[in-house]
Amino acid sequence: MDFPSLLIQLLNAVQYGLLLFLVASGLTLIFGIMGIINLAHGSFYMIGAYVAFVLASATGSLLMAIAIGVPLALALGWLLEWLVFSHLYRRDHLEQVLLTYGLILFFEEARSLLVGNDVHSVAIPELLRASIALTDTLSYPVYRLFISLVCLALALALYLLIRHTRLGMMIRAGSHDRDMVAALGININLVYRIVFALGVALAAFAGMIAAPVSTVYPGMGGHVLIISFVIVVIGGIGSVSGALVAALIIGFTDTFGKVIFPDYAGILVYVVMAAVLLWRPEGILRRG
Amino acid sequence: MRGAPTPMAELLVAEKLTRRFGGLAANQDVNLSLQPSQLHALVGPNGAGKSTCINMLSGDLAPTSGRVLLEGRDITRLTSFQRSMIGIGRSFQRTNIFPKFTAFENCRLAAQSRRQRAWRLFTDAALLVDARDKASAALKRAGLARREEIAAGTLSHGEQRQLEIAMVLATDATVLLLDEPLAGMGAEESAQMVDLLKALRTDHSILLVEHDMDAVFAVADVITVLVNGQVLASGKPETIRGNRDVQQAYLGQDEVLHG
Amino acid sequence: MKRFLPLLKYCPLVLLIALPFFAPPYYTELLAKILTFAIFAMSLDLLIGFTGLVSFGHAAFFGIAAYALVLLTPKYAAVSLWIAFPGAVLAAAVAALVIGIFALRTKGVYFIMVTLAFAQMVFSLFQDTKLGGGSDGVFLNTRPDATLFGYTPFDLANGQHAYYFVLAMLVATHLLLARVLRSPFGRALVGIRSNEHRMRSLGFATYRYKLGAFTLAGALAGVAGFCYAVLFAFVNPELLSWHKSGDAILMVILGGMGSLGGAIAGAFAFVAMQESFSQLTKHWLLVMGTVIVLTVLFLPGGLAAVPDRIRRTLSGSARRAAGITPPPSREGGGSEGGAHTDG
Repeated sequence: MDFPSLLIQLLNAVQYGLLLFLVASGLTLIFGIMGIINLAHGSFYMIGAYVAFVLASATGSLLMAIAIGVPLALALGWLLEWLVFSHLYRRDHLEQVLLTYGLILFFEEARSLLVGNDVHSVAIPELLRASIALTDTLSYPVYRLFISLVCLALALALYLLIRHTRLGMMIRAGSHDRDMVAALGININLVYRIVFALGVALAAFAGMIAAPVSTVYPGMGGHVLIISFVIVVIGGIGSVSGALVAALIIGFTDTFGKVIFPDYAGILVYVVMAAVLLWRPEGILRRG
Repeated sequence: MRGAPTPMAELLVAEKLTRRFGGLAANQDVNLSLQPSQLHALVGPNGAGKSTCINMLSGDLAPTSGRVLLEGRDITRLTSFQRSMIGIGRSFQRTNIFPKFTAFENCRLAAQSRRQRAWRLFTDAALLVDARDKASAALKRAGLARREEIAAGTLSHGEQRQLEIAMVLATDATVLLLDEPLAGMGAEESAQMVDLLKALRTDHSILLVEHDMDAVFAVADVITVLVNGQVLASGKPETIRGNRDVQQAYLGQDEVLHG
Repeated sequence: MKRFLPLLKYCPLVLLIALPFFAPPYYTELLAKILTFAIFAMSLDLLIGFTGLVSFGHAAFFGIAAYALVLLTPKYAAVSLWIAFPGAVLAAAVAALVIGIFALRTKGVYFIMVTLAFAQMVFSLFQDTKLGGGSDGVFLNTRPDATLFGYTPFDLANGQHAYYFVLAMLVATHLLLARVLRSPFGRALVGIRSNEHRMRSLGFATYRYKLGAFTLAGALAGVAGFCYAVLFAFVNPELLSWHKSGDAILMVILGGMGSLGGAIAGAFAFVAMQESFSQLTKHWLLVMGTVIVLTVLFLPGGLAAVPDRIRRTLSGSARRAAGITPPPSREGGGSEGGAHTDG
């Protein structure tokens, strides 16, 4: 493979990995902080994508759709935590699995009812439609670079939030001893609600910005959920940095896998997971 | 393990056991030795590292450095279930039984571990006479003979502590690592437990972690005092009682002694 | 009067045996499908209800056996039942063994995620590659031939014969599992569910027991998958999807975990729910999803609470006789709880 083609694949791998990181970070945060396994997390990604499609069609602008969609996602997360998830904290994993599975059924069917089951494409915003020329024949879309940059910025923001703010401190504290933190007068319920809403918004936002490059289709929620699980397993539950490393590994595995073994690319990701399980069952970067 | 042990040979030895958690050394160069038919008590204030030590001996925690030896053989790398199979049994500070099973079934299951041809898929477990006999004997020894058919979760606290020990006895353990068996017990129950420990001492090697100093002085042959993860003093009860460092660090502050 | 009570539990079996004689073929077919799911549910209950392993990838083994049958069948002939059945079940068992070796290195939530991921891997294998027709699936042209030594005892192409074959598999699976659960191996599994840490402390090599249970459960899921392929003569990757795994979990929970009869009841309840909701509306999954969410939220013992209570009353005598649980005393209707396998 010549260098420009290699560069394209490399950039694709990074972009895909970073996008997956956004989704997986929400999942691992929610599990690490609140102890809840949420199967419906992929549905938020799907909801983000379909919301982007609907709003972009209505307003004619993806960026406008995102501007409206993200607050909507935050509100959805807030509402869900308040109504449903706040009751799950002390329940065992089986009940959490069952309830969130029920949620998946609900969301998928609701989408089917409201928007239908068609596959849609979303246009890249005018501003970002250019391509950077790499050779006379090959160029790389600016929009994909945009995605990578935005994801990186969010990753940085997340890092700063968790390490250097009071909220981040409360998040880290809450994960170790809920009752004790509550006894200190910190409103743990509020912290959890914020974290959950944040997780939902991250996943939904990922769906929104990914829409132009990955199309909007019914099974997208399930697909991203399972990849996110693989990432969390590899990276270690509760570890955001682990999720970043793992997401990039998966991004590379998938992208280059499709080039080298097109038929079996889908399986390669799980083979990597199996290898990690042999070597370090608790995850590459253990928690803490 | 089954032959008569030579009187002065050491059975279980902890050699410079060290365990660090990040920068904190929960145990530092701890040396302990256990002889046959001996009760060795491990005492110390809260946070001294007693739980960490017993966890390293039972295989629940791996040491950062140091060794554990059984009859001279290095067993540091063995897991908890492997150690159980070579005769090291452990009871827990927080009652760790099977609440929904009867007391009998708790012990029968414990005894079943001894003859593990794991792929015995078709015989009826109730027919394993060996395991049933061991269970009955263990329960009798622990003083629970009349409570066999009661659900373990509904036993009184003291009885549950007895069951903890009965389960270990049912596994034919020769070395008993007992983690605060008297925890939460009233005076009468404690006295019964002390009698049990004295009886067990005759044919077992016991490492006893305890806070109740009266009980400790009543049953221990050797006492090791652990403070801040390090051994402060170790020796016969009278020696420990008279040791000024120990009195300063531990006994004087916390416990009232009965001469 | 009391002496006849234990016989009550055979009533459902008698009904099931008699049914094809007075019900139209549609119901026989439907019932055969439910019985297939019942086998599937029992096999999963071994894992979830008895060993405490919440596997979200059980459909993989169901599907592998179904595909194995189809792949073992020559294009224009029938394969011998006596080769295809062991072959399919063996394929499922081997898959379960291999996946189990990796998956059981994890516990708790990790285990749930990993089993889901591996099942998805198997799904991708069948969906994306040309193995077995890809996403379109593949038809079973001729059902397996039961001929042995020149004598053909039954014909699986015949709806009624196929029904009795599945029923026989159900009874055999039930008997097998009941036996296994009474064995030392089975008692150890229940101990592992209750308190795995203590089991290890007592000298049990728990990984081996869990792997054994996982493999056995996989093999039995394979029996169910084989039956499914015989009944419907068509397999596609949907059989391996995680939605199927989710359905199975639902069946186990509906029927009350930790009870074989319950798993069978759960399969019936699940199909009943499916049928009644789909009569209500095209978007019955919406109703199903809502019901699941509401039930978990408001029935603390989960959906198992009601069948659990009924089951306790009915089977209390059997358990007491085995000395495994004591006579009901102060310990009230505590729920079976879930899988407490994580650290």
